[in-house]
Amino acid sequence: MSDDTPGPDDQTPPEQTASTSGSSHDRPTDVLDSDELSQAEVEAARERERREVSVELGATIGQRFVAAVTGVGLIVTLLAIFSALVIGALIIALSDDATREALSYFTARPSDTFASAWEVVSGAYASMFRGAFAGLGPISETLVAATPLILTGLAVAVPLRTGLFNIGGEGQMVAGGTVAGFIGFWIVGLPTLIHLPLALLAGALAGALYGWIPGVLKARTGAHEVISTIMLNNIALLVLAWILTTEFFRRPDRADPISKSMQDSAMLPEFLTGYRVNLGLVLALAIAAAIFWMMERSTVGFELNAVGLNPNAAATAGMSPGRSIITAMSTGGMLAGAAGATVILGVQGRITDGFSAGLGFEGITVALLGRGRVGGTVAAGLLFGSMRSGGRLMQAQTGIALDLVLVLQGLIIVFIAAPALVRAIYRIRTEGFASGHVSKGWGS
Amino acid sequence: MTATMTTQAPEALARRNRRFGVFSLVCAVVMAGVFARVPAGAQATFVLTDARGAAVTVPNIVVNVMPVVLAMTAIVLAIAAMQFTRGFGRWSVWVAGAVAALLVAAFLTWAAADSAVSLIALFRGTIRSATPIALGAMCGVLCERAGVINIAIEGQLVAGAFTAAVVSTVFASAWIGLGGGMLAGMLIGGMLAILTIKFHADQIVSGVVLWVLSVGSTSFLASQVLARDAAAYNTPVRFPSLSIPGLAQIPFLGPVLFRHTIIGFAMFIAVVALTYALFQTRWGLRLRSVGEHPKAADTVGIKVLATRYKAVILGGAFAGIGGAWFTLDATGQFSREMSGGRGFIALAAMLVGRYHPVGAFGAAILFGFASGLATSVQRLPVPIPSTLMLTAPYVITILVVAGLVGRLRPPAAGGKPYIKE
Repeated sequence: MSDDTPGPDDQTPPEQTASTSGSSHDRPTDVLDSDELSQAEVEAARERERREVSVELGATIGQRFVAAVTGVGLIVTLLAIFSALVIGALIIALSDDATREALSYFTARPSDTFASAWEVVSGAYASMFRGAFAGLGPISETLVAATPLILTGLAVAVPLRTGLFNIGGEGQMVAGGTVAGFIGFWIVGLPTLIHLPLALLAGALAGALYGWIPGVLKARTGAHEVISTIMLNNIALLVLAWILTTEFFRRPDRADPISKSMQDSAMLPEFLTGYRVNLGLVLALAIAAAIFWMMERSTVGFELNAVGLNPNAAATAGMSPGRSIITAMSTGGMLAGAAGATVILGVQGRITDGFSAGLGFEGITVALLGRGRVGGTVAAGLLFGSMRSGGRLMQAQTGIALDLVLVLQGLIIVFIAAPALVRAIYRIRTEGFASGHVSKGWGS
Repeated sequence: MTATMTTQAPEALARRNRRFGVFSLVCAVVMAGVFARVPAGAQATFVLTDARGAAVTVPNIVVNVMPVVLAMTAIVLAIAAMQFTRGFGRWSVWVAGAVAALLVAAFLTWAAADSAVSLIALFRGTIRSATPIALGAMCGVLCERAGVINIAIEGQLVAGAFTAAVVSTVFASAWIGLGGGMLAGMLIGGMLAILTIKFHADQIVSGVVLWVLSVGSTSFLASQVLARDAAAYNTPVRFPSLSIPGLAQIPFLGPVLFRHTIIGFAMFIAVVALTYALFQTRWGLRLRSVGEHPKAADTVGIKVLATRYKAVILGGAFAGIGGAWFTLDATGQFSREMSGGRGFIALAAMLVGRYHPVGAFGAAILFGFASGLATSVQRLPVPIPSTLMLTAPYVITILVVAGLVGRLRPPAAGGKPYIKE
């Protein structure tokens, strides 16, 4: 459903409105009226919801998320990536000393500016591409970088479908990685077949617990999950910094905050010697498949989707929005915790300060680019993984800071979040595509 | 939640009294069990004068830790007994706040045992830490009252800090730097306004996106440009500390309230000015009407979209000043992600303050106190790791948001784009 057609509700046939609710973007509280419910039922649902949970804020946000994140076509996605690369090129050129120098005599010899800008921009993007795809090594690095991104992306995507914005991926990842790492170095003498799954499971559970907290707070007290998850992120990072200074965790022969090394039996095995890609990738994909089944095929997933689409209607149908909120946040936390575990057990081999390295935050952009769907999120995770791996080579070869990748990702989701902006830039007609995407892929 | 909470069933009241009673009891146990356990005769010193010679010197307060803490415990126990038996009616929340305050006071007395803590440093630290939070919260109040949810405050703070640092360095003037910071905040506010008002993008998604974008671009430029030539770009001229003549000489209150940089005073002025403008002027009435019922406002001829644009962009100026605080007041150099989540704490302050400038300011002071307490106690020989103490503002934010925000009534049109029919 398009966001910028004025008053689309009026033109939409009633049966379509009931199934999609995508056009609720501008009139969220009125959605109930268009459902085929009697006024009494509506009142009863509102009353019950008031008594059980205070999801008043989440109700409207949930519906708007659905409309905002899913009402985007593939063309808009591709154009968003393209536009971001163009603006990124401008930023690279402007931050380059030689180009700025040439710009100072632009009116005299404009060709110098363009030549210099072309050189630095093409050099940067070319080395980024090489670092992501050219050969087995770069591809292995891309997959290594994508593994946690797929999981942290799903950690945002699953709550998103329930109308919740989980910004706590970073903290949940820290919780999961730390506990997985603790099991990994502390237990000695177990065979890999027991030790590795135990460590992974412990990490996922720790993450789930850390995601459960904001879920319960939201369901019981109405504390907005955006605020509580951000606060929990800061708490997790500080607690990690403290844990790494304790006798128990710190490596005895090192002064800097690094934990003891993992036992070999807790490490995720690599496929090829010399390449860092490991079993974590398979694990992430398997988890993604399981999440797909859960969200699209299972009763739990149906309830999570229903609550995201319309908590009032879901409550009327006998579901508990509060329970769904807790389930969604715990699942998100579990996924982010698993991401932390794969980073510690697959790549790092020990817990370091700030091992999460913004991967949890990047999950937000991954999920938004993937439009909250499992397949889209996996694809977006692979794309951003390639940007991360390519960005590292770019930094090494051209000296352009890796943070450019963050800027590119931010730009991409600016355009994704405002599809009308992309349509305005490229003068795409509003009608004809992007409508109908809302009802697809929601298993309804 | 809507206004249904004002009339509560008796059993709900009784349950609340019990809950507050349990809370007080737990506080009393902690106070007696942890904070009163000091060597007999241990004394805590509270310093009330600071080094920069005040005209009147106030003697330090010296107390015996154990009897004072036990006395506080007795008061809390009495309150708990009251709460279990008949409750405090509509004063319940305030009484619970008083119990929390006694808990903090007992903690401070315990931490200062056989040592000295400067109350001036503590409360000055409170005001200073509260400055960016309060200014960010003013931005939030303006935006939300006009019906636009602004989650990008954190991005506005970091962009304001970055721009203020660079502009102040290049022009060798703190004032021009402050102007640059304001412009950066307004620029992000303007982007938020265009995305949400013109293109009807989701307000929360747009806010998060702009936050990611500002953090990303300032970090990129910091490592790409600032780090290579810090002398040319990242050595801003800072604002000097100003004393208000006369008032700054008042013992204790003088240094706490009347000796700040221009940004510190700007926070006080912003709170007062915004309260007056929002609730006493025609402009404020129009702005609030746009946030509550845009259709009605439109009907009587108020330009809804223009009002929203102006509110969001003006709000950006406040957040930009708050951002400039980091580089022109606090540290004197930009470092990446230096706002450290304070924009989100500002958001929480706005919610806790119920969309009112004074309420938001009070909440910002509370969060500032948590930071000030953490830094003050860090210097004392307390068996709590200093890193863990730093989590205090975040923990308190969660507790306050969970405890108080449930009974919020946000502006009715918040979060919805206005589309003329």
